[in-house]
Amino acid sequence: MWSRFATPVGMNRRHFMSHMAGAATMMGASLSLGHSLRVHADTLKKNRKSCVLLWMGGGPSSMDIWDLKPGTDNGGPFKTIATSGDVQICEHMPLMAKQMHNMAIVRSMSTREADHNRGRYYMHTGYVPDANVDYPSYGAVIAHELMDQRPELEIPPFVSVGGASEGPGFLGMSWAPFSVSSNGRVRNLEMSLEKGRLMQRQIALKTIEDSFISQKRGGVVEDHRKVLGKTFDLLTSAQMQAFEVEKEPEEMKEKYGKNNFGQGCLLARRLVEAGVPFVEVDLGGWDNHQGIFRTLENDRLPVLDRAMAALTEDLEQRGLLQDTVIVWMGEFGRTPRINADAGRDHWARAWSVVVGGGGIKGGQAVGGTNEDGTEIIGDPYSSEDLMASVCQALGISLETTFTSKNGRPMKIANSGKIIKELFS
Amino acid sequence: MAPGGIALCRMVELGRLLGNLSTINSISLLVATESRHLESSLFLFLILRKHIMAWSQSFKCGNAWLSIGFAAFLGAIGGFAMNASAADKQGAVTLPPQVEKIDLAMQAGWVDAGVKPSPAEDELKWCRRVYLDLIGRIPSYEELGEFAKDKSPSKKLNLVQKLLNDGRYTEEYANHWGTVWTNILIGRNGGMEDRSLTNRAGMQKYLRDSFARNKPYNDMVYELVTATGSTKPGTDGFNGATNFLAMKVNEEDGTQATAAVSRIFLGLQVQCTQCHNHPFNQWKQQKFWEFNAFFRQTRALRKFVSGTRDIDHAELVNQDFAGEGGRADQAEIYFQLRNGLTKVAYPVFIDGTEIGKSGYVEQVNRREELGKLMMQSPFLDKAIVNRMWSHFLGYGFTKPIDDLGPHSPTSFPELFEELSNDFRNSSYDLKQLMVWITMSQPYQLSSRIIKDNESDDPSQGETPKFAHFYTRQMSAEQLFQSLAVATQANRKGSLEEQARRRDEWMKQFVVAFGTDEGDETTTFNGSIPQSLMMFNGELIREAISTEPGSWLGTIAQQKGSVAEKVQVLFLTGLGRRPRSEELSIANQLLVARKNDMNGMLQDLWWAILNSNEFIFNH
Repeated sequence: MWSRFATPVGMNRRHFMSHMAGAATMMGASLSLGHSLRVHADTLKKNRKSCVLLWMGGGPSSMDIWDLKPGTDNGGPFKTIATSGDVQICEHMPLMAKQMHNMAIVRSMSTREADHNRGRYYMHTGYVPDANVDYPSYGAVIAHELMDQRPELEIPPFVSVGGASEGPGFLGMSWAPFSVSSNGRVRNLEMSLEKGRLMQRQIALKTIEDSFISQKRGGVVEDHRKVLGKTFDLLTSAQMQAFEVEKEPEEMKEKYGKNNFGQGCLLARRLVEAGVPFVEVDLGGWDNHQGIFRTLENDRLPVLDRAMAALTEDLEQRGLLQDTVIVWMGEFGRTPRINADAGRDHWARAWSVVVGGGGIKGGQAVGGTNEDGTEIIGDPYSSEDLMASVCQALGISLETTFTSKNGRPMKIANSGKIIKELFS
Repeated sequence: MAPGGIALCRMVELGRLLGNLSTINSISLLVATESRHLESSLFLFLILRKHIMAWSQSFKCGNAWLSIGFAAFLGAIGGFAMNASAADKQGAVTLPPQVEKIDLAMQAGWVDAGVKPSPAEDELKWCRRVYLDLIGRIPSYEELGEFAKDKSPSKKLNLVQKLLNDGRYTEEYANHWGTVWTNILIGRNGGMEDRSLTNRAGMQKYLRDSFARNKPYNDMVYELVTATGSTKPGTDGFNGATNFLAMKVNEEDGTQATAAVSRIFLGLQVQCTQCHNHPFNQWKQQKFWEFNAFFRQTRALRKFVSGTRDIDHAELVNQDFAGEGGRADQAEIYFQLRNGLTKVAYPVFIDGTEIGKSGYVEQVNRREELGKLMMQSPFLDKAIVNRMWSHFLGYGFTKPIDDLGPHSPTSFPELFEELSNDFRNSSYDLKQLMVWITMSQPYQLSSRIIKDNESDDPSQGETPKFAHFYTRQMSAEQLFQSLAVATQANRKGSLEEQARRRDEWMKQFVVAFGTDEGDETTTFNGSIPQSLMMFNGELIREAISTEPGSWLGTIAQQKGSVAEKVQVLFLTGLGRRPRSEELSIANQLLVARKNDMNGMLQDLWWAILNSNEFIFNH
């Protein structure tokens, strides 16, 4: 028994190499170097749907941006301006005004979650937080459904720029968002190790990894191996160039705005071009309980306006907008009533989101709110409905059903109904 | 084989002759339920037999450990071993009655659910588990050896007691729990924000001191809720406890303090009820603002670096509160219902107890009144027991652990209730609670899922039955400390310095959500950024360094066969010996590295650190 440990078991070099090949296959496509960044622009565009979520952390005051009530007690100081579509928006969004023919405002969002964590979860998943089931977020669901279209994709299909997004829930950690900062820099990517040696380490790792998995110690252990495989892919993939946003020409950087969100949106465009099905770009700072109008006018709206307009225009000019859905939303809206600190608090009952691209009919407002912005008029729309509509625009069947391990079937988008006006 | 080994083998034979007693698979169960009925000699034999089995299994070649253990590493092991054996001559293990209470409740629960418990975990792996949970890191090679050599029936209890009470571990114990609680109280980002009023080092210092002295839990909570003074160590009137509330009282009328105090210490989630009555929560908007009223005398005053507008620190003070109606003797607050109606609120505790309405601190110190009322609340006991249970067993009695509202289903409700009462009766001694849980049967179980408990999978939405140990990932802090101790990487400077370096390193994993409440999450969650760090990060590069004087370099230099060196790596990293195929890989790596021992050990240690078996607590 003991001697077996002490004496090396003879294995010649070739044998070792064959083991390596086996390991490589099982770890994923990690060893196949060099799919070029742009396979072919034409095939890329064909049947390649993507989604960019612009996430406004904190709960943006949609009634000061997309659904103004000028002249009422609740209206605040902002005025409306005409746009290229059949809608009016805030005067501090002049660049977006020229893009509104591409975008639709859903003004009848009515939800019930007015706490940040719950609202964030609900808007990302279509489900309210549930102690027993951990639901997957937009990015995980969409990446999961669209991956079949792009077998050559080596970089993660769900990228979160400048934020954390929400997790993959029961789909497992291999569908987790890949979080990067808005400059696209991926930490710890450079491995100063020659390829052969990396492969050998990979085999040693796989040996330990596999035996532990075979001991049945839970799903998280298996997920770890999948994530390892994806990580190895990254290390050797030329597609990682998509993250190098600093290589964009100076005027392009200016166009998007030289700030985190602007560069993040530019990065999102690069990732969409590279075939990433879901990118979320975060812009926080919307939790304006105090001094809201000053903050919006001088700070948040200029940043948002420039980046969102640049992204829309750029995607359109590159012929990508018809296959890319842009979603703008936060966890909820803000109280129509202006509080004593000249701020607005959390309000989920009546608020707006914006969607466009992917064949969605732009230039329109769907639904609306009453005169003082406190209630919606017409049919209410929920996170589920919005998610179903986004899936529709991406060509994902609403009959798609996920089954958790305990056999509970869960319909995609929590059985939400398509917002018909977006597709008429 | 050593003489001791032969003796052990004989005992194993005896065990076989005695027949199938192996259904008893947990020491604690055995001790707790059977000791009264067994003759002491038979009892002792059973316990011994159990240990012999485990011993013979994990040390099929017991000498190998000793050869490298003694030859390569400090002779101190011998000393420890003598201490241990001297202490063990007392015989049977006496465990607190709460252990039996837990075991019986669990066993009944398993029967009800139609599941069977997994067998007990291998002892060395259990040792790794208990180090991670109690002091926040894996055991070193020497420490693992020390545990392995303790042959007494009470070896597990000995280890737990050692980690809790031995002066050599006080610092690490306090550091670990200080870190856990810093994250609970101010998050991983607390004190790192621009112009923050929180002094992270001050928070850590207060907590480290509290845990080092084993301050009763209720005292700690009272201090945190009522603290006044300066946030920064070294300033006049420093009181590190102030850092909990320093950033939660000035903005938005102290609603963050309201939400944090009720959630963390009472397990009541009230934040939704700030704006409206919540349909699933018995708390109403009125109650939220009544609780909020306790914090309205409190302010955090900015103290600037002299001659600048840079914040140096803050001072948490109680000031007279004039009330929103302008009458300080009846200091009321107003809040708005969703329909726009304004209502009034005064400080009222969650159980309906009212205190004086005056806003003058001299007449009524509202936070102190709140502290006193909290000390009487059974929610105080349940919140901490639930938190600690979840710390050790992966899930709490409710999910999430800080939501004890009536809408949250509770598993093992009677046990939960009893443990909470017992904890209060223990004078809130956290170390006792840790003994109860770590010595209980569920904590001994293997993380291997067996056919008879496959359905016990809380990650799939099932109510936890605790029929097997739930595998879970180490926290980033546990990883950092494990590497610091196991391989001496990054172990330079004082504890404060190490903590600062760790916080700096942690930044890469912290993502803020951009809300006023400072919500945050971590990317050290098993996703790709974590893997990339484990592949290439500076910390790992340091851990696999073979520089002169480094841990790995020392192993490479020492005498001993390849197998022995490889064994040290596996025992240190994974708490087990290498399998034959792993040894083969090591030898192949050595060939690939052209017999460069340093290179081979680097490759292998890299693989071990990157494996699931390393990063999971199992």
